[in-house]
Order: sequence, then structure tokens, then C-alpha cells
Amino acid sequence: MPTIETQDGPVWKRRTTAKSLLTWFCWLIGVAIVVYCWELVSERTIWFFVQDAGTQAADMASRMVPPKWDYMDVLWQPVWDTINIATLGTGIALVFAVPVAFLAARNTTPHPTIRAIALLVIVSSRSINSLIWALMLVAIIGPGVFAGVIAIALRSVGFCAKLLYESIEEIDPRQVEAITATGATRAQQLGYGIVPQIMPSFAGISVFRWDINIRESTVLGLVGAGGIGIQLDASISTLAWTQVSVILLVILATVLVSEWVSAKVRAAII
Amino acid sequence: MTDIQNQTEYPGKWKRPPLIKRGWLRWSLWIGAAIYLSLALGTMDINWGRVAEGLPRGQKFIAAFFPPDFTSRWESILDGILESIWMTVIATVAGIALSVPVGLGAARNLAPLPVYLICRSIVAISRTFPEIILAIFAVKLFGFGPFAGFLALSIATVGFFAKLLAEDIENMDPVQAEAIKSTGASWLQWINYAVQPQVMPRMIGLSMYRLDINFRESAVVGIVGGGGIGATLLTAFDRYEFDSAAAILIVIIVIVIGLEYLSGYLRRWVQ
Repeated sequence: MPTIETQDGPVWKRRTTAKSLLTWFCWLIGVAIVVYCWELVSERTIWFFVQDAGTQAADMASRMVPPKWDYMDVLWQPVWDTINIATLGTGIALVFAVPVAFLAARNTTPHPTIRAIALLVIVSSRSINSLIWALMLVAIIGPGVFAGVIAIALRSVGFCAKLLYESIEEIDPRQVEAITATGATRAQQLGYGIVPQIMPSFAGISVFRWDINIRESTVLGLVGAGGIGIQLDASISTLAWTQVSVILLVILATVLVSEWVSAKVRAAII
Repeated sequence: MTDIQNQTEYPGKWKRPPLIKRGWLRWSLWIGAAIYLSLALGTMDINWGRVAEGLPRGQKFIAAFFPPDFTSRWESILDGILESIWMTVIATVAGIALSVPVGLGAARNLAPLPVYLICRSIVAISRTFPEIILAIFAVKLFGFGPFAGFLALSIATVGFFAKLLAEDIENMDPVQAEAIKSTGASWLQWINYAVQPQVMPRMIGLSMYRLDINFRESAVVGIVGGGGIGATLLTAFDRYEFDSAAAILIVIIVIVIGLEYLSGYLRRWVQ
């Protein structure tokens, strides 16, 4: 236990001297990095606009009320599209995520090289935001809901496969061994030894990702990939702020409902 | 021998137990899913003609990504990436610094009810809106450039980090907290010696994870004018310089992989 010697005897300290010096040194470097980055960002900021922000915000807020509630009639279809993009995208992603996860898990992969490829697929899909996938897909298959569905699916494959392969790696190997001991083939080992063990986490992962996807699909319309984002983009471009406030409230409601559903379902599973 | 075999024969065939045990719930879920799928696909209005038309074009489009061209736009790529990194670093730090008080306030076992409700609603609001919508408004209010992106990312970080911090504090071991309290510690000492050591390892891991998320998100806030690599990427797309766009995407992927290794290493070191 680190102590410090004083006239009255040893006094307890949280860290040894070397350790506390190291801690301070780490803090110093951290603060230096942050200050340096801040300097560089502030160099590129037009501070006049920032000072102006208060009046701008007040102005914008006054333009946003009262929300134009009639606009809701136009919004039902985009909301339905948004939910469809998230749900179908998650469904397609799960179909592809399962094989990728089995190839990427250390205990089920057929070969280390295949594992490396599967991991590369996972990290590439995860690193690129669904909005960027949508940007590319709109150019390939045209604007609309379908591009949104595929963009969400491409982004979610990596996420679902990563969480799924981690839970495959954490299974209890004794159950698989027991199945193997009965003379089961590899496919039967998979179906009766591994799948029942990962089923709860699979269900949890899919609901979790669906919840995130609802949130992401609300903005895909900004690049033309369908959903409520198209209306948001159009309303902002035409400075129709009363419509913008309705759209934001609708997004808030949709996200809160999806979060509630996902929390309920996950509580039921676990 | 045949006698024993007859005796051990099972009355029926074994079936795998279903995931959802209640039969009616299972069936209504299946039926509901089928109805939903037919409705969704029916109203989705996919222009298959356009898709079919786009596929050969898509092949050309994908071919245009290869080989990635790092050299001709390298300066703007480097500039964009660096701007993204600065933005990510200060947004993560500022976001976490802001989310510590909010997170402490949103933990039911630390905060009185009014504070708890206020902090929870801050968390709920900043979690709801995707980074890109926050960025749109930040750009409207604060002008173009990395400052808007920094603000959007910091607000999003507060929503994420404060929620997880609050949940972690709520799940902490109350025995240690009580032990420190019984020594007559002040509130700050109590937080510092009872709460902080319990939540710290997980929080360091989470802040690395958030750094990773913020970097990925910094690539999209640029699309609406928030600065960083997103602006460079959008310009590359708009000019049909897909080989440069491919180079940017590869750089993003490499940095994300690097961050992932770093965070894995740090997490092991902390725990």
C-alpha cells in the first residue's frame, strides 16, 4: 500500500510517487493534444458567425412555432417508408450477417485466412456510415426507398456480424462436445450445439440494431435515399421552418416508440 | 438384448424446444411478420426498371472506384482527414467533460428527483436526433466549418456517454459507497473514492469506443457543411472522381481499424 512518511507516521496515499507522476504526465500530454486541436479548429472558424448564433437561434425558434400540424397528412407515407427502410434493411443484414459471423468466429471458422477476410468485411461495413453507403447507392440504383434499404443493410451487416461472432466465441464448448460425441455431422453440431446457445443474443442484437436503424433511416433522405429525410431536406431548403418543427417532432416520436419497443422486446428475451 | 432395446425406446420423437415457448405468441408473431412484409413490399414502390438499368451502370461505377487514386488529391484528403481528427478529439473530450455532470445527475442513486428528471431529458433529447440533423442545425447557427461539426459531435457524445455513465453508476456496488460514506467523506470525496474507481475502467473503454464513433460520424457531418473529411468525400463524389473517393474510404477504414486496435490495447491495459 503506498504511504507517505510524515512526522506523525505513515499516511495513506492513493498512488505511489512514480505512478502519480506518470498519471500527471499522461494528463499533460492529453491536455496538450486537446489544446493543439482546438487551436487548429478555431483557426478555421469564422468567429463572427459564432457570436451571431444567439440571435440566429432566437430567430429560427420564432420561425419554427407554431408547428404546421396540417403537414402531418403529407408525412404518414414518409414515416411508413422510414420504418420499412429500417426493418427490411435489418432483415437483409441479418441474412448476410449470420454466415459472416460463423466464418469470423474463432471456433467455427473453416480456415484462418477465411476468418481474416470475414473480419475485413465486418470492419469495412462498420467503418462506412450508412449515409455514405446511401450516397453511393443512389448513384448506382437511383434515388428512392430501395437504395435506403440496401444502404442500411450494408452498414448493419458488419455491426450484427461483429456482435454475433463475439457471442459465438463465448459459447459453452461442452454442449458442442456432447453433440459431437453422439456422432453428429458438422452441420448438426452447428444446428443443435451452437445455434440454440446464440439464439437469445441473436434476437437481442437484431432488435438493438433495428432501433439504431430507425434513427439512421430518418436522415437517409438527405442524399435522396427515401424516408422522412427527403421532406426534412426539402423543408429546410425552402426555409419552411414550421414544417421542419413538425418533422422533428415526428422523428422524436418515432425514435422514442422504437426505443420503447426494443427495450420491451429485449427485456422479454433476457 | 432385444428386450432392453424395446424397453428404452422413446414414446415419441424428440423435437427441438422453440425459442418462444408460448405457441399463440409464436404463431401470431409469424403471422404478423408475414402481413407486415406483404404490406411493406406492396407499398414500397421500387422501380425495378431503374434498378435493372442501373446495375450495368453500377458495374461501371464500381469499376471507376478501382484502382483507388491516392496521389492526385492527396493534399485535400490529408487536409480533410486531419480536420476530422482534430474535430473528433476535441468533440470527444468536450462531450465527455459535459456528460460527467449530466451522467452524475441522471443516476437515480446519486441525484434528487428534479435533477434526475432534468438530466434524463437532456440525455433523451440529445440521443434522439442523429448526428447529421444536429450538424444541420449547428451549421445553420454557427456557420460552415469544423466548429459546427465539433458542436454536433459533442452533443451526440453527451447523449451516448451520460446515459451509459448513469446506468453504470446505478449498477455499482453500494457496499463500497457506504463504506466510504461512513468514514465521513464529503460528497466530492465520496464521488472520487467510491463511485469513480468502480466506473472508471468501463468508462475508459467507452470513451475509446466513442472516439471511434465520432471519427466515423465526422465523415458524414461534412456532407452538410460541418467540416472534415466528409466535405472532401462529397466533393469527390460530385466531381465523379470515384477513384479519389475510394482512396478516402480506404483511409477512413484504415484509421478505424487502427483506433479499434488502440482501444482494445488500452482496455486490456486498464483492466
